[in-house]
Parts: sequence; C-alpha cells; structure tokens
Amino acid sequence: MLFITRHILFRQNKVAVDGKLIFSTEGQETYRDFTRKAYRYLGLDYPKFFKMDGLSKLGFLSVEFLLRDTAIGERYSPSKTGIILTNASSSLEVDEKHYDTIRDRKSYFPSPSNFVYTLPNIMAGEAAIRHGLKGENAVFITPAFDPETIAGITGMAFETGSLDCALCGWVEQYGNDFESLLFLVEKKGDEKDHRKSKEDIIFDPLNLTNIYKAEPAWKN
Amino acid sequence: MNVYAGAENIITSLGLTTEENIGNILAGRSGIDIDASGTFAPIALPLSKVDHAAVEERFAALPRSGDGNFTALEKMFILSISASLAMSDVDITADDTLIIITSTKGNIDLLDPGMSTIYGKKRVLLHEMAGAIGRYFGNPNPPLVVSNACVSGVLGIVYGERLIRSGRYRNVVVSGGDLMHEFIVSGFLSFQSLSMEPCRPYDSRRDGLTLGEGCATIIFGNNAHMLNNDIPVMVLVGAGSNDANHISGPSRTGEGLYLAIRQAMENACTIAGEIDTISAHGTATDYNDEMEAKAFSTAGLENVPLNSYKGYIGHTLGAAGVIEAAIALQSLRSNMLIRSAGYEEHGVTKNIKVIREPEKKVLATCLKTASGFGGSNAAVIFRKP
Repeated sequence: MLFITRHILFRQNKVAVDGKLIFSTEGQETYRDFTRKAYRYLGLDYPKFFKMDGLSKLGFLSVEFLLRDTAIGERYSPSKTGIILTNASSSLEVDEKHYDTIRDRKSYFPSPSNFVYTLPNIMAGEAAIRHGLKGENAVFITPAFDPETIAGITGMAFETGSLDCALCGWVEQYGNDFESLLFLVEKKGDEKDHRKSKEDIIFDPLNLTNIYKAEPAWKN
Repeated sequence: MNVYAGAENIITSLGLTTEENIGNILAGRSGIDIDASGTFAPIALPLSKVDHAAVEERFAALPRSGDGNFTALEKMFILSISASLAMSDVDITADDTLIIITSTKGNIDLLDPGMSTIYGKKRVLLHEMAGAIGRYFGNPNPPLVVSNACVSGVLGIVYGERLIRSGRYRNVVVSGGDLMHEFIVSGFLSFQSLSMEPCRPYDSRRDGLTLGEGCATIIFGNNAHMLNNDIPVMVLVGAGSNDANHISGPSRTGEGLYLAIRQAMENACTIAGEIDTISAHGTATDYNDEMEAKAFSTAGLENVPLNSYKGYIGHTLGAAGVIEAAIALQSLRSNMLIRSAGYEEHGVTKNIKVIREPEKKVLATCLKTASGFGGSNAAVIFRKP
C-alpha cells in the first residue's frame, strides 16, 4: 500500500510541513526575496541555486523541505526513487525571458543559461542532481492542482515495480504567484509493518484533495 | 493483459502520412535542407521542416476544421490524430478513450504578441493547447500532457501503456508534436550544439544536431483488432530514469540510460538476447552518442542492430519519441532494418552495430530509447505477439 509519509506546502510566502507552519516571511515580498530567505533558513551552501530560474528554485526548495531529516537515501535505492511533478504554466516565465533576447535581430543575444531552463522538467533534474535520485521522473502539465493525475500516474509507476519511493505533487510559479504541494510517497505493508507510522496518510486522490484544501495551522 | 500499438501516422519533412515518410526513408531520402530564409536564425543552417501549406490544405478538408481557430501546431496534431483514427475503429468520443499530448514547447509561436492577439494569450500554455485539440475531437476526458524535454514522446507511450494495463482506459491516443521556431533554434545555437551540415549520428565526423519539427500519433489499446493493422505489435511496460548528473549535458558513463533500459527490460520480462533492433535517440552531438554507446554496451546490447532516424528528419524534440516509435513499428512489421542516415565511419568508443545498409531480417522485438535535458531517460519495448 502507498502512504504519504510527509508533505510540504508553499503558499502565500509560508511553508508548512505536514500541515504545520515552519517558515514564513513578513508582509508583501517579491518571490525572489522569499526564495532567498527560504534558502538562508535551510542553511544551504549550494551556489548553483542562484543560477536557477524561478520554477526550478521553487522545485528545489520544496524538495529540500520535503526531504529534510527523512534519510530516504539510506532507505531506498537511488534508482528506485522517482520524481513526478505537475504544473500549469510550464516554464512560461523564463520562456518570455528567452524570447525577449531574440525577438529583435538588432539585439539578438540568446543565452544558454536562460535557455536550459525553458523546460519544466529541469526542476526535477535539479532536485535529482542535488539528492542523487536516479529513478523515473516525469512532468505533466495540468490546468490546476490535479489529485487524480498525481495519484494515478505515481501509483502506476509503483505498480510496475519501477519505484519504491516517490517525490510527487504540484510546483507552480509565474512571477510573484507561486504554490507548491509535494508528497513523499512510500510503499509499506499493513499495521504490522514496523516501518508504519501513525502519521502516515493513505496516498489517494481524496487525501491529496483534503491536504490541498485544508488551510494549514499557519499560526503554529 | 496485452496492450497493442498501431494505426500510426507520421508528419515530418518527409511527408504527411506514414506511407510518404516510410517510402522516402526506404529510398534513402533525407528531409533535412539548408534554410537560408532568416526566419529561424540569423544564419543559414540545416533544418527539417514540415510543408505547412500542405498541412493547411489537408486540414481545411477535415469535416470540422471550421469549428475553431487553430494554431499551426494544433493543425498538425488534429491532422495526425484524425489520420490515425481513420485507420482504426477506436471511438474518440468514448469515456474510455484518452488523448495524451507530448510536446516540449507547444504553441511557442504565440509568445509573439501579434499571434497571441489572434488566439488569446492563454493558448501558449500546453494544457490550453491540448484542451483545444481534445474539444475538436469531442473527447470527454481532459488530455494528459507530458512535457519532459526530449523524453516526452517515449514517456507518453510509457504512461499510455500503463493507463490501459491498469484498466483505467481501453484506448489511449498518444500524439507528440513540436514546431520549428526561432525560440528553439536560437537556444540550441547559443549552446553551440547545432551542426552546420545535416546531422551524422554515431559517425566520427558528427559535430552536432539538426533541429526538426513534426507530429506523430500512435493508438494504444487492449484489442488489436480495433487498430486494423495486418501485423499487430504489442507495447510492453516501459521505464524512465534520471542521470542525476547535469541539467544540460549527458552523463559521461551512460549509467542513467542504462538504468532505464534495465528497468524496462525487467518490467517487460525481456532479456538482452531477445532484442532484435534498437531505435535509439542518436542526436549526433559528441557527448550524447558516446553516452548512448556506453549504455547499450553496459546493457549487453552491443551486437543489436541500431539506428537513429535523426539523419532523415532531424531532432523533433517532444515529438521525437512518438515519430521514431511509429517508424520503428513500421520497421518491425515489414521485417526491415532501416539504415542509420549520416553514419559512415564509426565514431563512438563502444562497438555498437549501427545499421549501414537496409536489410530484410525477421524482427520480433524492438527497444526504443530517448534521453534529454534535465538528465532524463526513457525506454520502452515493442514486440510482435
């Protein structure tokens, strides 16, 4: 059976882990300021972060919060740990940035450092590199948070035997609007399974919807 | 349960039907041509372009072509899906039929403000494009959109197969498409990964890829008869992987692609000795082809006849996996090994068997692979029952 063993939500300049607020920034901040503060909060030393586009930064930070202290690297083979993400805007923000560098032939200066991010799955690639995750990865474009697609697609990857553990969910960003909801999904047995915890939530569309809709206890 | 693949349509520089494409490929013709129009780049360079005037003409002849305002890429998708449906008995309006759209950049031409005025600003979004295609066909399900760089097409096939095997759908129409656009050409130019001559996968003189555009459709279903192919072909459970190495450069070891191949063979209960031919990715960049050679060698597939179709039609990005799988299906059905265009002198360190001459050979099982930016890889196996 598949269980959500941890979930993280980024919404309105706040971060909640398992429904509890753990990080927030004050007032009306830009997305850029928010990502910088979240990076500092995590105490990271990963200079590549600052080269990423907005979407990859959100994916990266979301995965950092999701995997903190989970030691999944010790419990699962890297080749059996996958990343399955969904989003609505694909990489539109950096697409527009790249387009601005080429639309006028008199000031034509396309840059590889922009262009490489004009694919939504680069965020999965960045997280895979950071955590050495070599399992199946895929990005689907859905108009909104889509629990049926997330649960269906991820569930099937487990059913085939391709995965033992998955990071999956929704990572959406355009300009200062952003939202992410990621789930750590693990396969466990029944109540007798010693790995089973009381906090584990069955991985199904209904629970994904409930987690998405529940307003976290932002006030701790 | 067996899942079958068939009723394939292919739209590339080599034609708008499967017959035109296969006829040209078997005749050794490449659709790659030097483009000096200035439309796609400030310099002249080889590209593989679709005849959009011909697409327009055939699109206008479709029964419901006046039902909406469709973009250049949407017209290719609708034309391709219509052609596949016409070959099959699949009911596109049924609840148990799903459309999967695979693309990297979709309606990228709508970033131009002049274009977005015609079609609406939101149509540049992949799910909006897919929605317009789904509505054209009156399909009741929201299309599933895969956008995972150059692995999109193969992943669309992998997930299509699983959606049928798991009982969620009886038929899945997988259509992959990408448009030639200055956006893409300029990006690859900035990476210095384009060749100034038609690409030469696995050749010692290869120096980069050639971009292409196109669209292809394959229908998957649990009933071979509905696909109306004289020779049915099954698709087995595929797999994906990540290099976890670099976002824009292939792994030096080939480990990631090897992991996807190993997992796909394990999922499909297939051993290396059973694979008769490989439709590889073969972009003709120095590092990619070398990486693939290492992966195939590690997987025990060094002696399996292999090709890349990119010497004929260029790299069609999010469409590549579907277009190339459709050609591979034709190769399996006709028991014909297709020459890997552009390959003359062996140019990778492993002794893989790149196909030099077309050859009649009994073929039962084909491995299709893809690798792309973001470090992702995918593999899927097709087999005649």
